[in-house]
Amino acid sequence: MRSSGETTDTGLTGTRHLIRLILRRDRIRLPIWILGLTTVIWFSASAVQSVYNTPAKIAAYGATVANSAVGKLFAGIPYDVDTIGGITAYEVTATAGIGAAMMVTFLVVRHTRGEEEAYTAELLRSTVLGRHAAIVATLTVAAGASLVLGALDALALAATGLPWTDTAAHGLALAGVGLSFTAVAVAAAQVTASARGALGLSIAAVLGLFVLRGWGAAVDNWLVWTAPFGWQEGVRPFGETRWWLLAPFVVFTAVMLALASWLAANRDFGAGLLPPRAGRPRATGTLMHPVGLALRQQRGQLLGWAGGVVVLGATFGAFATEVIELVEANPEIGEVLGGADDVVRGYFAYMINFMAVVITGYAISSALRLRHEESAGHAEITLATGISRTRWALSWLCATVIGTLTVLLLMGLSSGAVDVLVTGEPDLFWPLVWASLATAPAVLVLVGVTVLLHGVAPRMVLLAWAPFAFALVYTYLGALLDFPDWAAALSPFWHLPQLPVEDFDATPGLVLLLVTGLAVALGIWGLRRRDLGTG
Amino acid sequence: MTRATTSGPAIEMQQIVKTFGPVRALDRFDLSVEAGEVHGFLGPNGAGKSTTMRILLGLLRPDSGAATLLGGDPWSQAAELHRRLAYVPGEVNLWPNLTGGEVIDLLGRMRGGLDEARRADLLERFELDPSRKARTYSKGNRQKVALVAGLASRVELYLLDEPTSGLDPLMAAEFQRCVHELKAEGATILLSSHILAEVEALADRVSIIRAGVNVQTGTLADLRHLTRTTVIAETVEAATAIPDLPGVHQPRFSDGRVTFEVDSDHLELAMTRLAELGLRSLQAHPPTLEELFLREYGEEVAT
Repeated sequence: MRSSGETTDTGLTGTRHLIRLILRRDRIRLPIWILGLTTVIWFSASAVQSVYNTPAKIAAYGATVANSAVGKLFAGIPYDVDTIGGITAYEVTATAGIGAAMMVTFLVVRHTRGEEEAYTAELLRSTVLGRHAAIVATLTVAAGASLVLGALDALALAATGLPWTDTAAHGLALAGVGLSFTAVAVAAAQVTASARGALGLSIAAVLGLFVLRGWGAAVDNWLVWTAPFGWQEGVRPFGETRWWLLAPFVVFTAVMLALASWLAANRDFGAGLLPPRAGRPRATGTLMHPVGLALRQQRGQLLGWAGGVVVLGATFGAFATEVIELVEANPEIGEVLGGADDVVRGYFAYMINFMAVVITGYAISSALRLRHEESAGHAEITLATGISRTRWALSWLCATVIGTLTVLLLMGLSSGAVDVLVTGEPDLFWPLVWASLATAPAVLVLVGVTVLLHGVAPRMVLLAWAPFAFALVYTYLGALLDFPDWAAALSPFWHLPQLPVEDFDATPGLVLLLVTGLAVALGIWGLRRRDLGTG
Repeated sequence: MTRATTSGPAIEMQQIVKTFGPVRALDRFDLSVEAGEVHGFLGPNGAGKSTTMRILLGLLRPDSGAATLLGGDPWSQAAELHRRLAYVPGEVNLWPNLTGGEVIDLLGRMRGGLDEARRADLLERFELDPSRKARTYSKGNRQKVALVAGLASRVELYLLDEPTSGLDPLMAAEFQRCVHELKAEGATILLSSHILAEVEALADRVSIIRAGVNVQTGTLADLRHLTRTTVIAETVEAATAIPDLPGVHQPRFSDGRVTFEVDSDHLELAMTRLAELGLRSLQAHPPTLEELFLREYGEEVAT
């Protein structure tokens, strides 16, 4: 702890230097986030406007989404969907908001907790830096990034022909979401003792507030106003704009920052709020195996994902009955939900596919543990023992496969179980469990790509996120954007049968598993030939 | 307990070249370590000591040259050779969520087992609490975890990369006792360091690396000329006779004080003479590696 006796030290000394350092270190990452999100926003806004180009189509859209509980779960309350601006907002706002929240979450955790863990912060803090410089610098950059993203969002929407003042309101609301989750991440970083813990907590907050808003919109109650995502669309940029709804963002941010500074004042550098407990003086049997070590290292992350998937699976399982009611009231909705004969099955097929893509995010980050082990210097001490490189890589891969299958299984079990509870009929339980597990080959093929990159081109291993990002965009917007088959085929999920609607066909899955095996073999071949990076 | 079954040197490196981009970390580097000896590996920071260790461990692949470790190829036979050696890294990176005890057991098991009695003994001697999470350890304590994990295995060869960095003097002395015990059991030890005195206290032979080149290998007697002591003395009578004594180098006078360097074998005579002149104050210290390099090779080295 530095002394606070110096009168000139406001705790902010050196903030400017730190801001420059963060911008320098993120000079590629941050522009990719901002420009990538802007591109997605512009692309989907253009697509929406080319699809809904007649008053008749606009009216049909409004009638459809007004009754869609599923749509409300993801996109919130459909405001002003009788105008093209309102439709555009309904299609892009949620994606943009989640994107902005994720961007600032990664940014903040990396430059606060991540730094402390890597001992870089210790080094920096021992130079002429105020106590609060690191947090204020990170906060400034994240807030700046949110504002730039908001401005570009306004520009992109205006470029599609929407009115300036309306798109400005949309951009400001997006910046407000970024600002709010910046503050959430800063607070989360004070609670846990590790970067991964802080990341898990922040992402849980993002998803939790998203689900809360969606739930509130779907069942039409006050919950919709509990989350920044609710205020974001509540601003109604393309209707009677409610500028005053920008105020909650500011209040929320201020409260979170006050919480963060209270937490920061009550913890020591490098420590979390929860004091460390004494651990076992001896290793237990499971830890002694390399797979046990790998699982132990990602236990927290796995538990977090397992919990999240159970909640989300249960949520979309619960909505299935509502889908039936909606179709009874309005048969046209059946067409919207994939046009399957069995509407409920079509709904589940869409949701399971979407969730499997999201779970791929877990699988890839788990596979990237190999890279972390290497760069953190843990691989050096492991491989200096009798563990060969092949066995090392396969052990960590094995933990990734176990974790991925567990999470997929839990999704099937929770959605199936809740469906049985709600409908009172057990028919769909096993089909749902099976449909969830059957997506595994598409998830694992991207794990294979990660192992391949890590072995053959370790400097480019973060490219493993590119096919994931594509699969996510394709699944979220694919039907809307009408990709040609060759482009859609780039998403491994496109190849699989849509269970439980279509019949199961083992061939695509087996081919994907074969590709996975080849990618892993090639990756390990590369790993065995290259120098190992060391701490 | 098994000891070296292969005859010949435990480590043999010939003409090893290793480059990282434009940097030549090792430049036709030679090293030979006999079975059963404690071999000191001296060099300033950045000279290539850790690169050498990592090539011996098969973590890095040399661009050219030949390396043999315990009769095998350190690159292609890495895993099987590692069962016969233990490694203590210079910079210890432990899994932050595991306790010290868990890390020791884990590394021991992955190496093929550790000696329970020795594990307990080392924990006590190094005063290490094995129930704390690695993230709460200081640098010195992390170093102790790596030392216990490495030394608790009974193996033929110990590769120790600056093993005392971060240890306090008491613990460093305890480490020296451990090395003596291992040597008595017949183990081979390669001990890298940038502290001359540490190597002097332990090593049978010493290799000195500078900028990726082995500039000198020899016994301590061969290197006796390197182990001079620097003396700063203030005497009642002027110490004008000191420069003429055997083994005295670079005498300088200022403010009534004399500063000189003296070879270790001539230290006693110089001290006797100084005492006769009436000592007011006396400081003596062995040369640091940096001073030695400055003197022997006439160049500044990064510290």
